[in-house]
Order: sequence, then C-alpha cells, then structure tokens
Amino acid sequence: MFVYLDNSSTTKPYEQVVEIMTKVLREDFGNPSSLHTLGIDSEKYVKAARKSLAKAMGISSDDFYFTSCGTESDNAAIFGACNGSKHKGKKIITTKVEHPAVLEPIRRLEMAGFEVTYLDVDRKCHLNMEQLKSAISKDTALISVMAINNETGTIMPINEIAETKERFNKEHGCQVIFHTDAVQALGKIPLKMNGVDIASVSGHKIHGPKGIGGLYIKKGLSIPAYMIGGGQEHNMRSGTENTAGIAGFGIAADICAEGFETRTAAMKKAKQRLLTGLKSEMKDIYINSPEDDTASPSVLNVSFIGTRGEVLLHTLEQEGIFVSTGSACSSNKKGQSHVLTAMGLSPKEIEGTIRFSFSEFNTEEEMDYTVEKVKETVNKFRRLGSFR
Amino acid sequence: MNEQNILIVRCGEVALKGMNKPYFERMLVDRIRRNLKAFSGVDVKRHEGLIFIRAEKNLDIDSIIKETAKVFGVASISKAIEAESDLDTIGTAAVGYMNELIESRGVKTFKVEAKRADKNFPIKSPEIGRIIGAKVLIGCKVLKVDVHQPDVLLHVDVRHDRCYIYEGKVNGFGGLPLGTNGKGMVLLSGGIDSPVAAWMMAKRGMLIEAVHFHSYPYTSPRAQQKVEELAQILSTYCGRFKMHVINLLPIQEQIVANCPEDETTILVRRFMMRIAEKIAEKKECMMLITGENLGQVASQTAESLVVTDASVSKPVMRPLIAMDKVDIMDKAKEIGTYEKSIEPYEDCCTVFLPKHPTTKPRLERILESESKLDCIGLIEAAVESAEVIDIDVE
Repeated sequence: MFVYLDNSSTTKPYEQVVEIMTKVLREDFGNPSSLHTLGIDSEKYVKAARKSLAKAMGISSDDFYFTSCGTESDNAAIFGACNGSKHKGKKIITTKVEHPAVLEPIRRLEMAGFEVTYLDVDRKCHLNMEQLKSAISKDTALISVMAINNETGTIMPINEIAETKERFNKEHGCQVIFHTDAVQALGKIPLKMNGVDIASVSGHKIHGPKGIGGLYIKKGLSIPAYMIGGGQEHNMRSGTENTAGIAGFGIAADICAEGFETRTAAMKKAKQRLLTGLKSEMKDIYINSPEDDTASPSVLNVSFIGTRGEVLLHTLEQEGIFVSTGSACSSNKKGQSHVLTAMGLSPKEIEGTIRFSFSEFNTEEEMDYTVEKVKETVNKFRRLGSFR
Repeated sequence: MNEQNILIVRCGEVALKGMNKPYFERMLVDRIRRNLKAFSGVDVKRHEGLIFIRAEKNLDIDSIIKETAKVFGVASISKAIEAESDLDTIGTAAVGYMNELIESRGVKTFKVEAKRADKNFPIKSPEIGRIIGAKVLIGCKVLKVDVHQPDVLLHVDVRHDRCYIYEGKVNGFGGLPLGTNGKGMVLLSGGIDSPVAAWMMAKRGMLIEAVHFHSYPYTSPRAQQKVEELAQILSTYCGRFKMHVINLLPIQEQIVANCPEDETTILVRRFMMRIAEKIAEKKECMMLITGENLGQVASQTAESLVVTDASVSKPVMRPLIAMDKVDIMDKAKEIGTYEKSIEPYEDCCTVFLPKHPTTKPRLERILESESKLDCIGLIEAAVESAEVIDIDVE
C-alpha cells in the first residue's frame, strides 16, 4: 500500500494543475509583458490566478503578488517591513517556532542591530498572548507569527494578534506591521486577513506546483520591493512571471476553496482515525500536537519514546508509508527540531518523533494500515533495543 | 607554428623495472589514454623512455595535465615545445618560448640546462647550453643569465631528429600503473580512512573492487549515496570498479539478540571481513584492504586487530596502520575525498554501538559468542544479497 503522509513537506499536484501547466508550457508560453496576442493570452492566466488566490484568502486581488516560493515571500515581507523607513522602530517580535524562512531573515536583522523578542511556546506549541502584549511597543517594526506551525499543526491566534496590534496602533498612533507565514494554513483553516498586514503562501502545499508562492500586502502599506527590475507584479516583484506555475497555483487555490469543508473534513477524519488507533494500540507515546480546536486537521506529531525517528521513517518507507521526523540525524545535534526543543521536549523525546501530515486523499483504510505498521516497527525497535 | 600542445610525461619508478620496463610503460600509456578518453584529439605515445602526449591546440591543456597527473606511475609532467634538432632552429624556438614567458610572467633571468639523449649529436651538452643561452640573450634583450637562482630554468632536451624545450613541471603521484599488481577488495565505509587506504594500494598498481556495508533502515539511503559519490572520486584514480553493497542489519540483529553487548563491534567486524573475503574469492581478489589504523578506536587496538585478522585467511592490507589521523586527513584532502567523507551520515559501524566496547577482546571468548550464531548461513545469505553497483567517473 502507498500511503503518503508527508503533506506538510509537499503535496501531490491535482491532475487539473498538471493539465493547465502543460497547456501553458506547450501552447500559451508567451511573456505576459509582450504586446502581441501571445503575451495577452498568457496574461489572462495570471489575472485569473490572482483572482483565485484572492478569493481563497478573502482579500482583494489588487493586494496579491506572486513570488517564487514561500521562502521568498517571507524574506520579502520581513526585509520589506523592517527596511521601509529610517523612522521606524528597531524591534521585532516573533516566536521560537517559526519556519527558518522567517527565523533566518530575522536573525540577519538582529545582527544588523534589531532587537528581537522570541516568544515562548508551551508543550503544545501555544503562544502566551500576555507575553506578546507586554513585548509590543512603539518601537516595534514587525510582529511575525505563523498561522499554523508546520511541525505540530498548532493553530496560532493570528486574529487575536491582529486585533491586539490594531488596537495598539490606534492607541499609540504608530505603525506596527503584522506578518503571518500562512504557508501551512491556506486550504487547511478558514483564513481571515482582517488586521493582517502581510501574509505568505505557497503553491506546493495546496496540491499546486513547486516554485510558486504569493504575498498578500494590505492596500496602502508601503514596503520596498525585494526583487527589482522589470517592474512586474505592480513593481512589487520583478522578474518574468512563472506563468505555468501561476496558472497551476490558481487552479489549486480554486479547488481548495470550492470544496473547503469536505476537503478539510476528509483530512480531519483521517487524522482522527490515526490518532485514535495509535493511542489505543500503543504504549509510551506522546502526542505533541494539540487535541483541541487549536489543532490543524493537517498535522499529527507523535513521540514514540525509546525509538529513533529516522529509523522508523526508513522502516515505514519500506512498507510504502512516507512520513517525516523531528530530527534529521540523531548523531548530528544540529538536526534536532527547534520547534520541539522550544516546546520543552527532551532530546530523547525528540529523537523518537514522527510527523504525520495529511491530505484530503488519505483514507481510513490507509490509516488502519499505518497504525498496524507503526506498531510493528516501534515494537521491533524497542524489542531489539538500541544501545544508544 | 605549433598546431599541438606537447606534454612530456616522466615515469619515475617505472623506469627502474629492468626487463619489465616495456610492460610497465605500455600499462602506463594505456592508463593515461583511459584517463584522457574524454578529450578527442589527444595522442599518447611511448618514445625513448618518455611518454609524449600531443593534444590539439583547442583542448584545455591544464585539464589534460590534471587528469594525467592522476595516473599512478606518472612522476611528473612538463609542457614542452618541439623543434628540429639543429642549433639554429632550436635557438629560434627557445627565443620564441622565452619571449612568451617574458610577456606572461615578467621573467627577467634564466639559465639553460641542456641534455643530449642522442649521443650522435655532434655537440656535447654543456656546449649546447652555452650556444642556446647566447642565442636567447641576443634574441631577448631584457633577459640576463643567473646560474644560481634563475626565474626560469630552460631545459633543452636533444633527441633523435627532435628537440624539446620546456621549463617547470607538475608532479604526479608516482607509484606504479594500475593493473600491474593484482586486485584487492577494499572494505569501503563512508569515513575518511578507507578511501585513502584504497587509494594508497591502487597507487602501487593494485586494481580495486569494493564492498560497502550498511544497516538500512538504521542507516539512511543518503549515507549509501555518499559512499557511491566517494567511490566515484576514487574511480578518477582507480578506474572503473564494482562496489558490492550489503545490508548488515540481519547479522547485527542476531548479534544483539544473542551475544554480549561489549563484543558487538568486534563481532560485526569479523563478519564484515568474512563476507568481504567470500566476495573477494568470487571476484579473484588476492587480498583485502581496510582503512584500519592502530589504536584509533576500540575495534582497532592491537588486541582487536589480532581478533579481526583471525577471521580470514587472505592477507589483509592495512596501509594506514601506522599513520597519524592528521596525516590521513591531509592525504584525504590531497586526493579530494575529505569533504565528501565528513558529510554527517551515520554508517553501520555507529549503529548498535555499545556503551563500553571491549578494547582487549580474547579470541576464545569471541569464538564462543560466535558459536551461538549460524555464522556460515548468515555470511552466505549476506553474500547472496549483495547489490552490485558499477562505479565510474561521472
């Protein structure tokens, strides 16, 4: 049986996505900037896709810009928000559990003199809003908090943060910018962009293609462009448009938005089946993902105490099950997940961690098979023991 | 005036091999041709105890030198020009050659070193030197002679009907041509040592074949990919070879389940040796080669080596045995395997690593532990399961 449970890494493109991309590459390959009809034809795909993304995110299509990936979106947002004006503050608030595409740009700004507050999380990767409220000040240039954590699936309180920021800005007459990395959230939870200034999304996490991302920038917010050149994307992102990627991203966004309820319900069902199965069949496991309404339907993170994630991963792949781990290589300390570390898990717990991440295509039958194989694998590992 | 670049290749030790000399030289020419097969328009020929490479002008001569220098048996290489063997022609060629060096390197002083392989040439070597030196002084006004520390030591090598003019040389690794000293089976891990060990034996003319052990799923498939890439680096020196890849996990599981914990590593090593020996027999390898190094880790103490050695009857070559780790690392850097070797993937030796491995194993005890296992069956199954990979330069 083939069971793909690594959908937070990347998803399988929808058939319709592959079709439209092939068509764009084969036939409608023009440059949208060209004046002739080939150019105009290809521009139509870009316009349509922009509308699809805007609809999926509940925003105006004028405020959406295509980029090359989620990482570029995060970089553009962070450097843009912090380098916009000399009069802005030099403080940044973020969390310890952001994706490296957010943490690394912020670290670079920190080296350049910005003061950064890294918010703590609890055992289920929840933020403490009070800590955020006390960190925010008139010198804050940027708050960057992800919408859903990619390793645990914890839904972050972005609406609450947005409200807090709005209120603070009003009371103090300042311009704190709120960016959210919504790469893992699009298509998984209903997104509300009220009070959000900038949001990053990515094509390949919603069954679209790799190499395409997007950025929502609230109307009126002026940030300098990250890529400059030919002035595409209303001067916000120069470079000839990846028309095939954009078209594919658009179709994926359409499909996601159309059947949002049924699709997320299917993920939830698969996840619940796996969770229930693991909990009833196995001992000494720890569920790192939340189990309340702050849990994304897309991710389940579990520590199998006394095992090694990478070994489980390779054993499971022999059974056709594809997952990911909380640490890349146990002999390499750097490989241990910064998210699980911030959540207070011990190195031993992190070592035995597996992330299962779901799509609408996962079935209950697949989950029963997975429970059986995980159980076998973990039991074998524990029986054999490892001296380490 | 030259349509070709000429390289003079000196054969070092090969020249000492008496009656076998033509054989060694033929092997060397063959190896150089193989290393240069990617370049079309290259001619490699043996002539009067030297090897001449003639390459079309449009070919990248520095790459050709680099590839030739990797051939074992090559002592050094010089880029030369060629002239008819009469003094006027040689003089004109030497002036042209020096003028180019003045232009490219700002050479100011020189000295001529002449040699006369053709003893029928009417003028003796020192005299040739003086005559050509005088011609160069007249032809290149900016140059002066400096017999002690010249910027350029200009070699004039007069041979039958041809003369070669060159300066400087690129050193090869020396050694003997591949294939002149049998075939060995190297136990290749992903570490720093074993590729160097294989390289050193190959340098003495030994063809190699490799066996690699992993413990998938306890080791990553990327670790195996890394070993393949290491082997590819080796093959730029050692030619094409086969690598036998074997999953050791079934054996490790049996050992862990049945034998004392502190003996795990030494028991695993004895299995590796015996499996390698079996494959070596099938593939007509005369010896085993390991990267073992006295005292480096618990399994390489004198006592451990004795116990490991007792597992096989074929001779085990351990070319690194008395080297210091830093020297092995330097060698690995020199041959270009170091950067690949230090990529952090676990190999099968670090899986099931006991907390306190025995450093002084006793053979009787080890044999007793092995008696609890179906050694022959396990070894046969492992040999049967080998996956064979062709290793070649990309």
